[in-house]
Amino acid sequence: MEDKKIRVMVAKPGLDGHDRGARVLARCFRDAGFEVIYTGCHQTPEQIVAAAIQEDVDLVGLSCLSGAHRYLFPRVVELLKQHGADDITVIGGGIIPDQDFQMLYDAGLKAIFTPGASLDSIVEWVKTNVKPMP
Amino acid sequence: MYFAEKILEESRELNQKWEDEVRRTVSSFPEQKARWSTVSDLEIRRLYTPEDIKDMDYARDIGVPGEYPFLRGNQSTGYRGRYWTFRMFSGMGSARDTNERWRMLLRQGQTGLSTAFDFPTLMGYDSDSPKARGEVGRCGVAIDTLEDFLALMEGIPMDKVTTSMTINPPATALWAMYCAAAELKGVPLGKIGGTIQNDMLKEFIAQKTFMCPPEPSVKLISDTVEFGTKHVPKWNPISISGYHIREAGSTAVQELAFTLRDGIEYVEDVIRRKGLSVDDFAPRLSFFFNSHIDFFEEICKMRAARRLWAKVMKDRFKAQNPRSMWMRFHTQTAGCSLTAQQPYNNIVRTAVEALAAVLGGTQSLHTNSLDEVLCLPSDHAVEIALRTQQIIAEETGVANTIDPLAGSYFVEALTNEMEEKAWEYIHKIDDMGGMIAAIEKGFPQLEIADAAYNFQKQIDSCEKTMVGVNKYITSEAQAIPMLEIDDKVEMEQISRLKAVRRKRDGKAHKKSMDDIRQACRKGKNVMPYCIEAVKNLASVQEICDVYREVYGEYRDPGLY
Repeated sequence: MEDKKIRVMVAKPGLDGHDRGARVLARCFRDAGFEVIYTGCHQTPEQIVAAAIQEDVDLVGLSCLSGAHRYLFPRVVELLKQHGADDITVIGGGIIPDQDFQMLYDAGLKAIFTPGASLDSIVEWVKTNVKPMP
Repeated sequence: MYFAEKILEESRELNQKWEDEVRRTVSSFPEQKARWSTVSDLEIRRLYTPEDIKDMDYARDIGVPGEYPFLRGNQSTGYRGRYWTFRMFSGMGSARDTNERWRMLLRQGQTGLSTAFDFPTLMGYDSDSPKARGEVGRCGVAIDTLEDFLALMEGIPMDKVTTSMTINPPATALWAMYCAAAELKGVPLGKIGGTIQNDMLKEFIAQKTFMCPPEPSVKLISDTVEFGTKHVPKWNPISISGYHIREAGSTAVQELAFTLRDGIEYVEDVIRRKGLSVDDFAPRLSFFFNSHIDFFEEICKMRAARRLWAKVMKDRFKAQNPRSMWMRFHTQTAGCSLTAQQPYNNIVRTAVEALAAVLGGTQSLHTNSLDEVLCLPSDHAVEIALRTQQIIAEETGVANTIDPLAGSYFVEALTNEMEEKAWEYIHKIDDMGGMIAAIEKGFPQLEIADAAYNFQKQIDSCEKTMVGVNKYITSEAQAIPMLEIDDKVEMEQISRLKAVRRKRDGKAHKKSMDDIRQACRKGKNVMPYCIEAVKNLASVQEICDVYREVYGEYRDPGLY
């Protein structure tokens, strides 16, 4: 039987348009053999959560470079929970100061990747920590 | 012919000998890499000689400063007449916070202002919009109404200091506030000077701060060009920007080509839609480039840009006024070249990039602060960045003579090569039917995505080096002081906005909003109506909501 592929959604919550990292990562996930959905810039947490559920993804990768991650990332996790979709893993990346890591982990994010993280290290983390849902 | 035949003969002879020697050396001491290339992956040869520029014509291709083709600069005296403008991009928190930073910068010798707005303002949302949650005042200053704008300009002599505003979809609203603020301070529109970025095409291509679809977005830009031409003659109504194209991961050639092709699109639109002749408005078009870490590639890009634009204006648009052929540009050092790791190294990167911009002949410069990869710059970090410019201008001697690298075999050959490669892109986009058509096909977006991905893979494989990231890594973190924006800013800004809404004249406000709506529907120039509306305390979002209603909203196609 063929292995089910990991389904990944890359999303940019909030208003910032710095999508270089998100797009590079989307392409890298595709090359790593994942199924990738990229929703584009300027998504509200509500839109992201609706898309994640509809697309039945295993992982949501959030990218934010504006400083609004403190509000936006936890909000996505909270909404997933409200919709009974907290089996979806959420990770984040962007310009995230070290002192914000703990509050994001406490909010339910499973990993944070900041500038300098190699593509391989991110793919490796996903392969180790995310299994395709049956 | 650039060289006498005798020199070329000698050069060929010497080259021959040298190549033989190289072959012998390399066979026992191989070079460090098989392929040497710029940060944009443009291959660079081992040595450049007269042979590489033998087809150049001195008068036609190089010439003198202040003369066509302006390769060596627009001004006949270069920086000896006047240095570039030291213009640090800044904005954070409330209008009052930013005004304080501005006054500090002016006291320290900055010569022009440059405004960073927060994301809600940049996207045309007010601070109390649900979409603004968590973003107010974070990446720049929050401006909702004219009251904020007046606080921003408090104590700033608007007839003397020029101000640049990095604002795109809501540019008409913010420029209207600037005009209204000047009028209230008794400064006539003819006396104010500055720039609004107001370049929407690069938003669809790269920066993604968009609101309405491309076609009406360009219409609004042409409105500002027309209004400026008639009423605000010292203003640059557009800053055609390659900066963000590069930050999104393009190569230097792509930055050059897409920026100039965007410029062509705007010129065509103003001529077609407004019936102005090219020499009426072209002298006020300005540009904005990135200065990345690859020193010579940047210098050559800027030199090529001037010559290319001069040719475009002269040959394609038949401009007569030499000022129409001037490419005047601002430069910012490359944010994407900075590293969060070992952040003090960023001072060095910025200095090298700033030097390249100066040798490339920029008219205005922002130097990034060492902490910009982590947060908005602190006072101390901004001061170092500003001092970097002052040291380059007044200590290093590079401003003593104009375009000092001209005539270098390498510099001229690379300048030519980049120009040629940019022309190929420009012709390709012409063939697609112009930049809007190319954007709709996703062409520039995907070219940039390819380049960004390629670069990231080169970093991951260590084919290219980023010190502190993939080489010379240290384990201990270098802690630097960071500027934090208080969460209180958002609440305070929202209450200020609510107070303005309560106190304004509701009837006058409603009428001016209706007037903007009518102007949009009838295809009239929106600028006079925007000025009237902001005087009646219309907010940025209220004006932008009219645009969204009449013109529709653009959605990110999410290409990667």
